[in-house]
Amino acid sequence: MTHYQFPAFSRVLHWLMAVMILAMLFIGIGMVASVTEYHWLLSIHRPLGIAILVLAAIRLLNRLVRQSPPLPNGMPTTMRFAAHGSHVLLYALMFAVPLVGWAMLSAARYPVVLYGAIHLPPIAPQSDQLYSILRTAHTALALTLFALFLAHFGAALVHRLVFRDGVFESMASLRSGRRER
Amino acid sequence: MSEYENPRPHYRLWPPSPETITSLVTIGIAVACIAAGFAYVGGYLTPQRLTQARIIDRFEQINGVHPGFRRNHAKGVCIAGTFDSNGNGTALSTAAVFEKGTTPVTGRFAVAVGKPFVPDNETEVRSMALSFRLRDGEEWRTGMNDIPVFPVRNAQAFYEQMLAARPDPATGKPDPSRMQSFLAAHPETAKALQAIKARPFSTGFANASYNSLDAFRFVNGAGVSTPVRWSMEAVDPFVAEGQAGVNKSSPTDVNYLFDDLIARLAKGSVQWHLVVTIGTSDDATADATVAWPETRTRLTLGTLTIDRIATEAPGNCSDVNFDPLVLPAGIAPSDDPLLSARSATYSNSFRRRAAEAKTPSEVQVPNVTKGASP
Repeated sequence: MTHYQFPAFSRVLHWLMAVMILAMLFIGIGMVASVTEYHWLLSIHRPLGIAILVLAAIRLLNRLVRQSPPLPNGMPTTMRFAAHGSHVLLYALMFAVPLVGWAMLSAARYPVVLYGAIHLPPIAPQSDQLYSILRTAHTALALTLFALFLAHFGAALVHRLVFRDGVFESMASLRSGRRER
Repeated sequence: MSEYENPRPHYRLWPPSPETITSLVTIGIAVACIAAGFAYVGGYLTPQRLTQARIIDRFEQINGVHPGFRRNHAKGVCIAGTFDSNGNGTALSTAAVFEKGTTPVTGRFAVAVGKPFVPDNETEVRSMALSFRLRDGEEWRTGMNDIPVFPVRNAQAFYEQMLAARPDPATGKPDPSRMQSFLAAHPETAKALQAIKARPFSTGFANASYNSLDAFRFVNGAGVSTPVRWSMEAVDPFVAEGQAGVNKSSPTDVNYLFDDLIARLAKGSVQWHLVVTIGTSDDATADATVAWPETRTRLTLGTLTIDRIATEAPGNCSDVNFDPLVLPAGIAPSDDPLLSARSATYSNSFRRRAAEAKTPSEVQVPNVTKGASP
């Protein structure tokens, strides 16, 4: 009997991005409330954000071309809806938060420096008002992503500890996906 | 046939078994711990922590809120010109701005007060902020003041000094006892203020020299990192305030500093030499209150020519946050804690003013310089 699992590449992407996004959220919230630590946090925040954007694109393609395991039979409709809906939102935010961040720096006429001389072109016109809107949106979307992460993390543990339906293991197992047990 | 491990998972939570309750409580605690950690890092659980928002709040407490204006150096004017590099800097830094050639520059002159309508004679410090637009889209921004050293070492001292120097609403003057107790706790500030007060004060923006105050590091092609501080040294001859018939205590023009600059630029461009002072391993890079010895090597890297001036407006220097840590490759921050503090607080000030409706600047440039808008 095969164990229902995400493909190994999907699991690697998931856990890599989980660490990066969680670190990113903590760096972001810490950075705007700090003074002496601001600069080094910001110098990680920008390249890490772009790395997340690139990985999100790879992950979306991977998700579209490779089969994900189906949800267990017997899972109530509302729970299926919550599972699918929250994942659509997670994917949307993995793109939206870094893109809004990049656009926001562009609108403020900041150079989007990744490292040393490596920088990105602006993707939005210079405008104070636009910067202001995007800056507020960046925080609001990031806080939504954090709330969604908490729900995702809590739900994963409920699957593991309460429902014991194998959903947690489909992503958390270290086993190779194809081997017979 | 493929199956999940547990072929008959139970999704019913009611009535909850003791194990279910234990599991849900454990999960709730885990989620709450992460949320609490996030709130702590964001400063929500530590109202006393010094944050960029609290520093800008203090500027607003002291100066009032002036929508659309910078929270400090609020009164200013936009300038533009070019920087002609002589190539001497390439030995120290890989930054393209130091290769022999010309780089376009925009900038801003201001007085170092958070009130946009302050009369010029009530100000004691002038600033020159510049943005060098390097080829390939890199940028170098610097904000310099016409004082020899900075009064405080770090953001915490800056925050406390602002309150100590705050004018008492009753008398309109700072409470001397508060300043005295601040200076007793900060002898480095007492010393720095002596040097600042003793400096020669020029008649205007054009014949003043401006200093980076903070230390930076130049990094060359071999990876050698050199501590530096830089200055824009006026080419216009120095004339001390008071000698030129300017009566600082009762000027006929409240904008005399800016109007003199506009008149000076109407006659022709104004120049400064970019001079870097090269620090040694003995020189403190993390303490902007201390001047480096006069004997340090000073190297002229080029000439700044300012030939255009304009009223602050959307599309010019008004939109630019002169964050001192917008640096090209080849120029790096030093360990001076003020640099990150400036970067952080400027970003907060910029965020607030960007959201606000704009009020016209006190400094209005008549259309004397031919159509050239910086």
